[in-house]
Amino acid sequence: MSRLSQRFADLKAQNRAALVVFTSAGDPSILTSQAILNGLPAAGADIIELGMPFTDAMADGPAIQQASKRALEAGMTLAGVLGMVETFRKQDAKTPIVLMGYYNPVYIYGPERFAKDAAKAGVDGMIIVDLPPEEADELLVPLSRSGIDFIFLTAPTTDEARLPVVLTKASGFVYYVSITGITGTVSASEEAIENAVRRIRRFTPLPVAVGFGIRTPEQAAAVARHADAAVVGSAVVEKVARGDAALVHAFVAELAKGVRTARQ
Amino acid sequence: MADPIKNSLRSGPDASGHFGIFGGRFVAETLMPLILSVEKAYGEARNDPSFTAELSNLLTHYVGRPSPLYHASRLSAHWGGAKIYLKREDLNHTGAHKINNCMGQILLAKRMGKKRIIAETGAGQHGVATATACALMGLDCCIFMGCTDIERQAPNVYRMKLLGAEVRPVTAGAGTLKDAMNEALRDWVARVDDTYYLIGTVAGPHPYPAMVRDFQCVIGDETRAQMQAQEGRLPDSLVACIGGGSNAMGLFHPFLDETSVAIYGVEAAGHGLDKLHAASLAGGRPGVLHGNRTYLLMNDDGQIEEGHSISAGLDYPGIGPEHSWLKENGRVTYVSATDEEALDAFGLVTRLEGIIPALESAHAFAYAQRLAPTLSKDHLMVVNLSGRGDKDIATVAKFRGEGGVS
Ligand SMILES: Cc1ncc(COP(=O)(O)O)c(C=O)c1O
Repeated sequence: MSRLSQRFADLKAQNRAALVVFTSAGDPSILTSQAILNGLPAAGADIIELGMPFTDAMADGPAIQQASKRALEAGMTLAGVLGMVETFRKQDAKTPIVLMGYYNPVYIYGPERFAKDAAKAGVDGMIIVDLPPEEADELLVPLSRSGIDFIFLTAPTTDEARLPVVLTKASGFVYYVSITGITGTVSASEEAIENAVRRIRRFTPLPVAVGFGIRTPEQAAAVARHADAAVVGSAVVEKVARGDAALVHAFVAELAKGVRTARQ
Repeated sequence: MADPIKNSLRSGPDASGHFGIFGGRFVAETLMPLILSVEKAYGEARNDPSFTAELSNLLTHYVGRPSPLYHASRLSAHWGGAKIYLKREDLNHTGAHKINNCMGQILLAKRMGKKRIIAETGAGQHGVATATACALMGLDCCIFMGCTDIERQAPNVYRMKLLGAEVRPVTAGAGTLKDAMNEALRDWVARVDDTYYLIGTVAGPHPYPAMVRDFQCVIGDETRAQMQAQEGRLPDSLVACIGGGSNAMGLFHPFLDETSVAIYGVEAAGHGLDKLHAASLAGGRPGVLHGNRTYLLMNDDGQIEEGHSISAGLDYPGIGPEHSWLKENGRVTYVSATDEEALDAFGLVTRLEGIIPALESAHAFAYAQRLAPTLSKDHLMVVNLSGRGDKDIATVAKFRGEGGVS
């Protein structure tokens, strides 16, 4: 069983959702970023989404754009991202890591070579924002050969005719983007999220994660009542910007408390 | 419709929007359904006689088409070689070729029931053309423009405002066209219901590269008929500048299957190809940005690099995907001209012909200046004069260290 399936199965047995925490690799510096990453499981993150920085983060708001910029200025590269995962894996063999970013750096690295190196480093899944199912095969095929899940995004605009197109190629889990917008801006209502998750479940047995616009422990708890995972990105990144790993971990612990008590 | 010519170079893209390995649709899922609906709406519109009639009426009576094909005799004599014709897109309403595409897309947006139009702009010509189309149709208009460009194209910024558009300054990156396009895409994701993104060049996700090309093909179609009328034959060569590549594609496309016609696309070499420039075909490699696969300027880690050109409209690290394909199959020859060469040609055309060209178009003249003297006097060369240069006079004055322009 993959690390992702194992984690979702374990949490299901505990009747609780996963807390997914996003941070950009190399932000705000390479050393601090590694310290933040290494401490996330103890702080309460169940799954880690590690951002691969890119100059042109078209689907991201100012917080994650700035995070990318800081990481690139700190010298982060795609090989560096894999190096961080490798270092993390020396101390943690269980927490799934999903890389998230844009296609160009991966395309330039070479999909075949990337799939091999990522698997060796201990990566479990990939989210590529600008690679819809229509264009995904060139990366999806090598990834699946390496045992890495490809996680597709669905959005409020993905209607019932299109959902099957997206979901037939999905593995690992499904990421529901809860708003029509960029990261770090507005939030969806609990009711809208509940309905959307119910709709997606009619089309897939995969776990459903919800992200975009989740900023507080209360919002994370609301999502965790309906979905299999709540993803927090920009709110974490804003803490990361302050350069203090302990501060980030304290915030993650609060979010975790919200998620863990949501269904009690 | 007639059967497409076998092996025609004009039959792309394929059904999924690819020109060979280039093009496609690399966008976030939120936008995907919307882009599919633009494709569907455009497919219906182009086959609807009432749509094409309305567009043709606007092009004739509002834009002022056909634009002249003008024999530049003084320039021809000065270079002492080829007979030079200028396709006068500078004489269109709003002063550039950009309006051709805006007329087509604004009719499409109206057809789709959209109330708000967004666009990116570099030189401001596409922004002005979009703001003009919105004023004409009574639609809300928001233009994204990089801070660097707002500064160097100030007259166009004020024109857009006069026309009722909101101009949103973009501070990210170098504050140029690439950053404006990122910001427009971000806005679109957040306003999918009421907003239409009117892309200004043959780039972006499918169907934009093909659609913008189709709307710009009026340039080449007219050129063909006009040359036939004036010289009784096809031209021997075509020269056009390339930012995203829309004025060039509009001129080139109707001639792609005419093997006797040599075709030259001129990229911006900025300070020189070994220094800062914006020549993505000469100095870049295939990658993925802004919804398509194409040649891009980037570092070895796949991070996009900022272009540089004195001309804001060419200052883009990418190029339309069909140009990447035409480079690889060798049909079009891609060359480049530096800032300095463009400025030199700008001065020459202004003094010899009494026409102030846009700095973008001046790049086409800069290459023509190199090529024309090597050709015989019966060689017919068409240079696309994509726009007028009034917007650029402050930039030119600054470069020459001259005053008189505030
Ligand atoms: C006059 C003029 N020519 C050329 C361009 C470059 O665009 P394209 O390559 O799409 O024609 C611009 C863009 O702003 C322009 O204003």
